[in-house]
Amino acid sequence: MLMSVSNLTVARGGLPVLSGLNFVVKEGQALVLRGPNGSGKTTLLRTLAGLQPPIDGLIKGAEDMLAYAAHSDGLKSMLSVEENLTFWAQVFGQSDIEPAIDAFALPDLRTRMAGTLSAGQKRRLGLARLLVTGRPIWALDEPTVSLDAASVALFARAVQTHLGNGGAAIIATHIDLGLTDPEILDVSGFQADPETSSSSDAAFL
Amino acid sequence: MRALLIRDLKLAFRAGGGFGLGLAFFLIVVTLVPFSVGPQSELLSRIAVGVLWLGALLACLLSLDRLLALDWEDGSLDLIATAPLPLEGVLSIKALAHWLTTGLPLVIAAPAFGVLLNMPSGGAKWVVVSLLLGTPALSVIGVFGAALTVGIKRGGLLLSLLVLPLYVPTLIFGAELARRGLDGQSTQTSLLMLAGITLGVTALMPFASAMVLRMNLR
Amino acid sequence: MSSLWEYANPVKFLRLSERVLPVLWITAGICLVVGLVWGFFFTPDDFRQGSTVKIIYLHVPSALMAINAWLMMLVASLIWLVRRHHVSALAAKAAAPVGITMTLIALVTGAIWGQPMWGTWWAWDPRLTSFLILFLFYIGYVALWSAIEDPDTAADLTSVLCIVGSVFAVLSRYAVLFWNQGLHQGASLSLDKEKNVADVFYQPLLVSIAGFVLLFLALVLYRTGTEIRLRRAQALIRREAAVHA
Repeated sequence: MLMSVSNLTVARGGLPVLSGLNFVVKEGQALVLRGPNGSGKTTLLRTLAGLQPPIDGLIKGAEDMLAYAAHSDGLKSMLSVEENLTFWAQVFGQSDIEPAIDAFALPDLRTRMAGTLSAGQKRRLGLARLLVTGRPIWALDEPTVSLDAASVALFARAVQTHLGNGGAAIIATHIDLGLTDPEILDVSGFQADPETSSSSDAAFL
Repeated sequence: MRALLIRDLKLAFRAGGGFGLGLAFFLIVVTLVPFSVGPQSELLSRIAVGVLWLGALLACLLSLDRLLALDWEDGSLDLIATAPLPLEGVLSIKALAHWLTTGLPLVIAAPAFGVLLNMPSGGAKWVVVSLLLGTPALSVIGVFGAALTVGIKRGGLLLSLLVLPLYVPTLIFGAELARRGLDGQSTQTSLLMLAGITLGVTALMPFASAMVLRMNLR
Repeated sequence: MSSLWEYANPVKFLRLSERVLPVLWITAGICLVVGLVWGFFFTPDDFRQGSTVKIIYLHVPSALMAINAWLMMLVASLIWLVRRHHVSALAAKAAAPVGITMTLIALVTGAIWGQPMWGTWWAWDPRLTSFLILFLFYIGYVALWSAIEDPDTAADLTSVLCIVGSVFAVLSRYAVLFWNQGLHQGASLSLDKEKNVADVFYQPLLVSIAGFVLLFLALVLYRTGTEIRLRRAQALIRREAAVHA
């Protein structure tokens, strides 16, 4: 078991959105988050990544184990593809960026400035960043946005390889990536009740 | 950490990075002063040191709102915050990068711009010494202001409003040091105070900056 | 068990302030009227400064409260950061405009007093300068509150700004003293009785100060109540929106 979450409540803008979440993430396992827009998938992922504190509950094992990929890729348009990746690799104490470049079919773009890439190419570069973090758990927020079918297949293969190496992934997505028996977590079953749950507003109600 | 410094320096020097803008702004301020107070060289030489300090301070302020806002907009701030780097260290590096690309060029250019203001001979040395000691504090305090306003759209004006009062002690001791040095008065107190402020804020301010940045990232 | 922290609950705080406020308003009014009328009309003119000296009944209390309001905000900010009591954060927010007004009164009365005494409306005297800098800090603090939408984040950020600002305000005070020695007269009030202004001026001044303190408390309590109700309204709106989402 890499990570476990018990009785977690997460909030967005001071209001709890999801509550009573319990799940574990094991080696080689993919956890797919489902739920309509605004149901709290992004908030959950940000909380798991440690960007915001949970209102209630426990997250065990996420610290320094999780690589987070948000809607925006965190690329610098005036740095080349290689420079962008090298930077993130160094930040995470890694040095080899070649596997990442190969996995996302970026060799031809190596020296291109990230600002000149198409939306799909940028996304591929943003996802390649995950490989250079060397972290076992990937937390991905709508990773396939602006990817074409071929790129989605590349991405699915990268995730599958990561799982095969004993990693894990938590993915908020609506499309079927064809991963081998992923766990599905539909967050719409865990919507927090704004009438009862505790929040920073509660003191005023 | 070193990777972050190198990245920030690279970004500053590439097109659109804004390197040199601060310097150009400094030059413009120095040029405008004689237009507003008159061309008498005796008057200019008396206020030269103060104008150089004020110009350097404003030029430092100019680039602050890009310091964290760009990383915030493209999402890298979120990713850096989840990376295995302490945020305090990240912000210290950001301040160092800001000083190297904005503060240091100002220090080097100041004696040359002093010529435009009829700065008395002997003034250049004191301007360089005082700016060298003081501008790091301006960058470090500026990072705090940038972290405080990073989530606010069009926070530039607010940033100035918050940061400028915090610049007051640095400006007073810095300009005082240069003035006293030039007049041959005792410089010990202002020298020690200026160095003390710079050391103090460099050591402590990153903790406050990281604290407010974490609040903003939530 | 009753403790002071009970009043950190907004509802309890409102109930308490509703009981205390009428008393505060009335005593503040009495003290102000007595202090100012006594000071303005029933004290002799100073042998050097003439009748202009009587502006101290406005100048000194407002200057005191300008600083005390900031100190109160500092304490409230610390309480919010450590114990996360909402009332504390809102009290700091409520005190800021009162503090600004006090600072402004101190600056304006200072200028009015300075004109006949020093022959100028404004001098870069250390005390005046320090109050001007304090005024700038207040403006920044209020501007930051109004710029941030999320109330808890705003409370967090302004609290840190208040603490950092306090350190820099003290630093600025010393810097300004070093920078210009000034023409301001010494403190009007000090524990050293010899240096104090004469008793005839001193007693109405104390009453006037008491009036300003009570007025400040009343204003802050009242405004905190308003902030709490506003926050409650926002919380209700947000809950409604969430329920119907």
